[in-house]
Amino acid sequence: MSLNVSNLTVHHGAICAVSQVSIAVPTGKLAAIIGANGAGKTTLLRTLSGLKTPTNGSIMWKGEKIAGIKPEALVRRGISHVSEGKSVIPELTVRENLELGAIWRRNPKESKESIDQVVSIFPRLGERLQQRADTLSGGERQMLAIGRAIMSKPQLLLLDEPSLGLAPLVIEQIFQTIRDLTTSMNLTVLLVEQNAMGALKIADLGIVLNLGKVVAMNHAQVLIDDPAVRAAYLGY
Amino acid sequence: MQKLLETFLIGLSTGSIYALMSIALVLVWRSTRVVNFAQAGQAMLSTYIGFEIATRTEIFWLGLLFAIAAGALLGAGVDYFFMRVLFKHAVSGPAAVVAPVIATLGLLGLVRSIVGLVWGGEFKSIKAPASTDGFTIGETTIPFSPLNLLIIVTVFVILIALAIIFQRTNLGLSLRASAYAPEIAQLAGIRTARTRTIGWAIAGGVGGVAGMLNTASNFLSPYSLDLLLVFGFIAAVIGGLESMVGSVVGALILGIALTFILNYVGTSLVFIGGFVVLIVVLLVKPDGIMARGRARRA
Amino acid sequence: MRKKLALFILLGWVLLLIGDRVDELRVYQGAQIAMYAIALSSIVLLTGYSGQVSLGNGAMMAVGGYSAALTLNNLGSPVWFAFVMAVVVSALFGAFLGLAAARLSGPYLAGTTLALAVGLPEIANQFAFLGGVPGLLFDVGFPPERFGEEFTQYKWFFWIATFIALISLFITSNILQSRYGRTWRAIRSNSLAAELSGVHAGRMKILAFTISSAIAGLAGAVLAMTISLVAPGAYTLALSFALVTGAVLAGVSSLPGVVFGALILVAIPEVADVLATRWGGGENLNNYLPALIVSVLLILSVIFTPNGPGEKLKSRHHKKA
Repeated sequence: MSLNVSNLTVHHGAICAVSQVSIAVPTGKLAAIIGANGAGKTTLLRTLSGLKTPTNGSIMWKGEKIAGIKPEALVRRGISHVSEGKSVIPELTVRENLELGAIWRRNPKESKESIDQVVSIFPRLGERLQQRADTLSGGERQMLAIGRAIMSKPQLLLLDEPSLGLAPLVIEQIFQTIRDLTTSMNLTVLLVEQNAMGALKIADLGIVLNLGKVVAMNHAQVLIDDPAVRAAYLGY
Repeated sequence: MQKLLETFLIGLSTGSIYALMSIALVLVWRSTRVVNFAQAGQAMLSTYIGFEIATRTEIFWLGLLFAIAAGALLGAGVDYFFMRVLFKHAVSGPAAVVAPVIATLGLLGLVRSIVGLVWGGEFKSIKAPASTDGFTIGETTIPFSPLNLLIIVTVFVILIALAIIFQRTNLGLSLRASAYAPEIAQLAGIRTARTRTIGWAIAGGVGGVAGMLNTASNFLSPYSLDLLLVFGFIAAVIGGLESMVGSVVGALILGIALTFILNYVGTSLVFIGGFVVLIVVLLVKPDGIMARGRARRA
Repeated sequence: MRKKLALFILLGWVLLLIGDRVDELRVYQGAQIAMYAIALSSIVLLTGYSGQVSLGNGAMMAVGGYSAALTLNNLGSPVWFAFVMAVVVSALFGAFLGLAAARLSGPYLAGTTLALAVGLPEIANQFAFLGGVPGLLFDVGFPPERFGEEFTQYKWFFWIATFIALISLFITSNILQSRYGRTWRAIRSNSLAAELSGVHAGRMKILAFTISSAIAGLAGAVLAMTISLVAPGAYTLALSFALVTGAVLAGVSSLPGVVFGALILVAIPEVADVLATRWGGGENLNNYLPALIVSVLLILSVIFTPNGPGEKLKSRHHKKA
């Protein structure tokens, strides 16, 4: 159990966004976190990656407490966060965006190898390495964001709504790629999504958040078959 | 015709010094969204230190080196001790608009007073590293001197060095990323706070060069760099505050325009000339020359 | 409204009485305080209420001062008319500036006004009729004979300055409390939302500049009166900085605070003088200690009480309640 969240409570000023959340994600598994808008999913990810400090509770990653540690430091411990909607720097080129993820490793040779690896996963990026990131389509930007995260050689990958604003076909590709990466790179993945069905279909584990609390946590397939979950989040 | 050429060349030389100051301001603006008026103070203090060294050793370049080092240290210091404290006590309410600007103004005043207390207000001068006599071409002597040429060349070299650092090194990439999108940079593992301090240090060093070069062709006093600050700032605004290339272009345009006013109209109208140039540019292109229609966030 | 009027009249009475009892220096300083209070109120309106950061109010003061001097000297008009012209001309300048500046914000506005502050006073050097470096005389004349021999020139300055200040602050206070003031505040917090509620942000901003410049111009004329002179050296960049400093120290959106700010601005050189002599004097100390104190005060107040001491007092009051 490499990621262990225990009784986590996070506040936005006076508002409690995450309330006593406890989840455990085994190594190498993909957990889908679904729930309505404002359920606290993004806040949860931002706390896991160090952008926010929890009010209470603990986060254990690889046996160490990480709550409150700064994002830069957590990247060095293997956590990569692709934040919602804006994880690409438009003014930089595709290559520069990717290189950004590997600067901290201080190993130019490894960095180059990593870029080759990302390009082999996302060939479209390979065609556009020299282009500015703001010339990319929505789907390509998402690929770039994920690629940048991979450049850090993460063990824990946090993805916040990668499907947002993308065409259905592109969403399918992205989800499939995420699944493949989880398996091939033995990543532990937390996938926050509003596209509940798509996320659960590729996930091992499903977590439902509502108003900051965990209301359901089970194998993904169990949640897909659960009539209450179906009615509330899967639309049928 | 000759006067035209002279004016143009002198304007280029003056504009180059403004360019240095404006680059420093843009650097800091991009990484912290604050216009650091205190940079004139940092440049001033660095220049006085450089002045001391240059006068004692009689070597201008050694003084310049110390000015750069002092500027870098000051820049880093101001960011580390002052700016971080300022942002911790983050401001809301009616003063939010004003607070950071005022704080740097206060810092400028503080540094100026300290410099005045220590060194006094009399004008000081540094022996220039090149002759200030105009070049002689054939029978005529033009007001453009080897010193002017040296200034242009030095600034040019520094600009190229900065461009290389920013575009081709990992440090430069970190600096740009931290300025454009600090959160994304953080999530990519960049130590944004440290990177920003380095950016301020670079800006401080550049300011030190600007101060030393300005003093080589003028004099030094606790107020002598004010004009540099004002015109450097105007140049940066003309260029759009977001682009270093823009600020250089803006500075050169400003330098040339002001020298024209100086030579063809009258000494006292130079400063209001700066204002006019600024207003004209902003009326035509409210985001500055180099703006690509980005949102101009305050 | 009537209450406020009564309050101001009462205040005027009190000040006049005080003026009778203190010595010459204090009376002169009283005039200076009145002048600064007017000048600071222009910043409260422009920056505190309409949210536009201008570093150029010193330039507007210059416009007012020069207009008053020119009117008095060249048109042979009565003194009060000179002050009126100061207001009118500065308002016009302010309207122009506002037109140019309304589209600018933040550092762009700061930079433009900074350029103005540096550039405008220097124009006087260029044109002979503006008096060049030595400037023009501005002599409001001796106090009327019926006030008796004991009534000194400085006391006359004090009376005039205080009178003008009271009227100006009264009017300003009414403006700020009217729907104009509310609209400016709305624009300051959220320009877009204000526009969507039907407010013409651009026009209101220009109006703010106009009125603020008019007030600053008036202050400039009062300044000219106290030194009997208008010259570029009286309206330096340092003046603009001092004004902004005073405004922040006093609470940039607090009109009552301007008196406090003005007091500080006048008190500091004196305090610095005292300290400098006590610490052994020396030219450097005398010249730069006031600026040092001002700067330190400014930095501390921006960090700890950016909205003026009134804010801290208010929040403590709320905590108790």
